[in-house]
Amino acid sequence: MTNTTLTTNNALIRRWQAVPQRVRQMVIYLLVGAILIALPFGVRSIERQHTLSLLFSLNVALLYVVLALGLNIVVGFAGLLDLGYAAFFALGAYTFGILTWPAHGLEWSFWIAILFVAPVAAFFGIVIGTPTLRLRGDYLAIVTLAFGEIVPNALRNMSNIHIPWLGLYHFNLTNGTQGLNPVGKPVIDLRWIFPNMEPFVVGQNSNQIHWYFLVVAIGFLVLFGSRRLDESRLGRAWKAIREDETAADCMGVNPITTKLLAFALGASFSGIAGAVFASMSQAVFPELFRFNVSIFILIIVIISGMGNVWGVLVGALILTLFDRVLLAQIAPPLIQNLGNQLNSNFLRTLDLQLYRWVMFGTGLLIIMLLRPEGLFPSRVRRAELHEAEEKGEA
Amino acid sequence: MAVLLEAQNVSMHFGGLKAVDEVDFVVEEHAIAGLIGPNGAGKTTFFNMITGLHKPTYGRIIFDGHDLVGKRPNRVTAMGIARTFQTIRLFNNMSSLENVLVGMNTRLRSTWYGALLRTPGVMAEERRAYRQAMAMLEYVGIAEYAHEFAKNLPYGLQRRLEIARALATEPKLLLLDEPTAGMNPQETHETTRFIRKLRDERGLTILLIEHDMRVVMGISDRVTVLDYGRKISEGTPEEVQKDPRVIEAYLGRRAVEAFTQ
Repeated sequence: MTNTTLTTNNALIRRWQAVPQRVRQMVIYLLVGAILIALPFGVRSIERQHTLSLLFSLNVALLYVVLALGLNIVVGFAGLLDLGYAAFFALGAYTFGILTWPAHGLEWSFWIAILFVAPVAAFFGIVIGTPTLRLRGDYLAIVTLAFGEIVPNALRNMSNIHIPWLGLYHFNLTNGTQGLNPVGKPVIDLRWIFPNMEPFVVGQNSNQIHWYFLVVAIGFLVLFGSRRLDESRLGRAWKAIREDETAADCMGVNPITTKLLAFALGASFSGIAGAVFASMSQAVFPELFRFNVSIFILIIVIISGMGNVWGVLVGALILTLFDRVLLAQIAPPLIQNLGNQLNSNFLRTLDLQLYRWVMFGTGLLIIMLLRPEGLFPSRVRRAELHEAEEKGEA
Repeated sequence: MAVLLEAQNVSMHFGGLKAVDEVDFVVEEHAIAGLIGPNGAGKTTFFNMITGLHKPTYGRIIFDGHDLVGKRPNRVTAMGIARTFQTIRLFNNMSSLENVLVGMNTRLRSTWYGALLRTPGVMAEERRAYRQAMAMLEYVGIAEYAHEFAKNLPYGLQRRLEIARALATEPKLLLLDEPTAGMNPQETHETTRFIRKLRDERGLTILLIEHDMRVVMGISDRVTVLDYGRKISEGTPEEVQKDPRVIEAYLGRRAVEAFTQ
């Protein structure tokens, strides 16, 4: 019985392999596309049956993919340990918020604001990168850690800027602890092509499906951008710096520009994620960008396997959904039920979310001890390379 | 013959220590020049000054008509000087092929936005670079390890990969820091032949530090001897071997007396 299924399976696999590679790729792309399109609708129907907030969590998870891919450039590719990465997330969100918050009267369009956010974040990436160029390892980590603390605090305190000689009198830039609310939403306005078409507001009535598609689109751009950088001249220069900065310098890699590009590109990914996050949650306040956000993203990158783009993608989804859905939404009622049945007060009052950092910390320790290269190390890619080459020769 | 590299009165002081002290030194084009001396004589420091890792306390280093002093290592490499290291310094967690591709870095033009957009120019350059890098691995005889991590290569092949990576920078002058260190006689012999081949086939100028006297004396056109940071002798291998100052530096004064008696 097992034998026959095995042979039919083998026959199927062989027939599948007989299909030309191009067709196979097309089929896979179509399948992935169909799943990605169908997914939010499926998730929404589950959400309605169980009164969970799944789609928003999924969108946040996808934004964490963008963040983790950005940090992966800095830590994974270039080997620069950045503990203040959430600062760029905050800067992106705040830049976007300031440009679109109605009280400022700017109210830029989402699309223009988000294009503006990327270079602003990149600029701050260079600002933090330049003084740290000579620092390595632990020392760099300490400086970036401080930067990550400075930025949210500075933003919190920018609600009352009084610089008379610049013409600023008690200027409220960031609205302090209350934050900026509401901020701009993306509007798809095609009236310049189709005059009769009504402008379409993404995320109207907090429709998370709209956001899902926007975030997936941005995720794809960042994913492919990341892959392309990885396989480019710059990507190799980053890895050479990570492996041995002195040797890289002697082989003609300019460490200064190479490192600054890592900081700038990593920061701009984070800035874009921040802008979308701000627009999606319609609020920006300093508490969103605490130190633990930086650490959470770093844990994603380390546990997933530093340097591997696909690994970081999967790792970010798993960890964020574990945190936001399983720990926050699914586990509490189950544990309470269990507590009621076993008549255990401990279980009834147990709040697993209080222990999330214990879990992440333990997970990190276990990974470091058992599999220091991470769950999905970049060796996978090497195998792919091998395969591609054999195909090329055949 | 034209002079390719000229060091004038070069000194490197670390605090009170004069690691290299007022050394004048010339390498002619297409020559194989040997740099020898007892441990701590300042040979590697001298290499580090040429490649920009150390800035000389004073003195000038002229390469191909340009002063190298004050230039960063990557600039020096771009000008046409490549090196290997005494203790192998490969990019361990990158494939052999990628190691060579990093060496080609200064000869490639693609930018980060070109890489993001994958413009036809960038793609063509990448394909060309890939082919050249494979050819380079073949030239040094390790093409079959192209996709192996550098750290997984056997020791002797790591040395060859280091040379391949240096050659990929398209140098005029190649600095080899103890290329046969840790090799058995057979490997040493092969490496010696290979160095000569590099000069003859690729028109390179080679400056090497070496402890194996048979190797240096066998392949060098000229040999320079350093001791305690000072140049104590210079000339053809035969001349240097007979120089009492060299014998003294290596074997002590008593040995000189024994030889002259």
